[in-house]
Amino acid sequence: MTVHLMTTTAPTNVTDLENVAVLKAQNVNVYYGTKQALRDVWLYVPEHKITALIGPSGCGKSTLLRCFNRMNDLIPNARVEGEITYRGQNLYDPDIDPVEVRRRIGMVFQKPNPFPKSIYENVAWGARINGYRGDMDELVERALRRAALWDEVKDRLHDNALALSGGQQQRLCIARAIAVEPEVILMDEPASALDPIATLKIEDLMRELKERYTILIVTHNMQQAARVSDYTAMMMLTEDGRAGTVVEFGETEQVFTRPRDPRTEDYITGRFG
Amino acid sequence: MSLRDIAFEHQLARRHLKGRIFQVLAFAAICVGLVMLALLFFDVLRDGLGRLSWQFLTSFPSRRPERAGILSPLVGSVLMVTLMGVFAFPVGVGAAIYLEEYAPKNWLTDLIQINVANLAGVPSIIYGLLGLEIFARWLANYTGGRSLLTGSLTMALLILPIVIVSAREAIRAVPNDIRLAALALGATKWQMVRSHVLPYAMPGILTGMILAVSRAIGETAPLITIGALTYVAFLPDSLKSQFTVLPIQIFNWVSRPQAGFHVNAAAGIIVLLAILLSLNALAIYLRHRFEQRLKR
Repeated sequence: MTVHLMTTTAPTNVTDLENVAVLKAQNVNVYYGTKQALRDVWLYVPEHKITALIGPSGCGKSTLLRCFNRMNDLIPNARVEGEITYRGQNLYDPDIDPVEVRRRIGMVFQKPNPFPKSIYENVAWGARINGYRGDMDELVERALRRAALWDEVKDRLHDNALALSGGQQQRLCIARAIAVEPEVILMDEPASALDPIATLKIEDLMRELKERYTILIVTHNMQQAARVSDYTAMMMLTEDGRAGTVVEFGETEQVFTRPRDPRTEDYITGRFG
Repeated sequence: MSLRDIAFEHQLARRHLKGRIFQVLAFAAICVGLVMLALLFFDVLRDGLGRLSWQFLTSFPSRRPERAGILSPLVGSVLMVTLMGVFAFPVGVGAAIYLEEYAPKNWLTDLIQINVANLAGVPSIIYGLLGLEIFARWLANYTGGRSLLTGSLTMALLILPIVIVSAREAIRAVPNDIRLAALALGATKWQMVRSHVLPYAMPGILTGMILAVSRAIGETAPLITIGALTYVAFLPDSLKSQFTVLPIQIFNWVSRPQAGFHVNAAAGIIVLLAILLSLNALAIYLRHRFEQRLKR
């Protein structure tokens, strides 16, 4: 186990994050059937910051992300061990309802996936099913404004969302996520299906959103992580190649300029990956 | 001559010829189907078109072919098929939703799915025997024996596997992205199914449903088994009333010796075909409308 020593306890440089972290993963192991996907993962997600998960394909970034809103529950045979807390509350306690977890911890997916309904209905639906009693028009406008989409769609709110461009669809998905007033937004490579201009818009939007929300983003794009995130967690497969883990976690600037772990340095400088 | 020319024998002409032969064969295959269908259709039209009249549609059967009509089987068929749909649609769609969205993925579910698919291939007369035993005999106090209700329930059992299989296909075709999007917003499973999966799958479900109805409207064997009558000079006045349907009436007329009844049979077939074609047109229209609603 000596090779994993670094990751079995919280990295020393971020223990001061412990007090400001909204989400914490401590000693997390995830299995799909008999296959282990994550091993001994530690991660703190500080409030009102953007935290990026980077690393090579197949190292469990999305798996870790989906632990935080219990989307892994939907995969048959998936098993999560360890402690994942949201404001001190263990998200995997038997009396925690995953439906409520997902309302508070929203998610934006890799491929824009608006409902095949009107733009308005895409935003309003989540609020309605969660029992929103206020002025729906106002809520839809607010969510679309916060997602920087309002000006582009205000004259065609009742058109089908599938008529929007890919970048607009993704911002609509962000508007849809924030319409149910979550505290955290998980983003799974939200710009990987978009062109560079649409990507920049999403990144600008993320910087605005962190004023109100805590953001955890998975990205393949290291420049993107360096551009937008405040903290970065570097994920890798363990030495035996069987499961993913967090090998380094710290302020983005430190991770990119003075990585502590040689594997991070190799990856960032492009020596492999 | 370069090496490239030696290594390959292109034989382009031969390959094109093979392609053309296959095209001709495929065209011949579609012609066989179409020509036979057209022959049947024209034969029936020639025999029966002259007999079609308001009197034919609004009269009860009679001993004299020129006074006989198709009113009671027409009403019987429409009522039977409607009731059957009312029974089979919720049960079939419900079963499909359960199998696709709720059932755990294990060997038992697989076994159920295989068996449902197999049930679609069971001869219809078997369903007739089942209906006779359960609905016409055991439950005679509730169904009225050989009644409209018994017929509808039996036919509902007959089309249930078709409805379940087609609804499952339609539900499975709903992109998983949409389910995840709904759940990630804090929707319960039912909210997800109700608002997104069902509307998305509805064109496919309706198409399957109406094809099942089209099949049922031409079925004779199970209804003969449960004892639908061949000579009904009244309209069903309740669910427990006795009844007949178009195919039974047509069969009855065909088997009579008088030529006049054969003309009646041909006219009856035209009515049956007209109903079938309208149902299929309705299926296409509904499908189109639901698809438009998703696109708009």
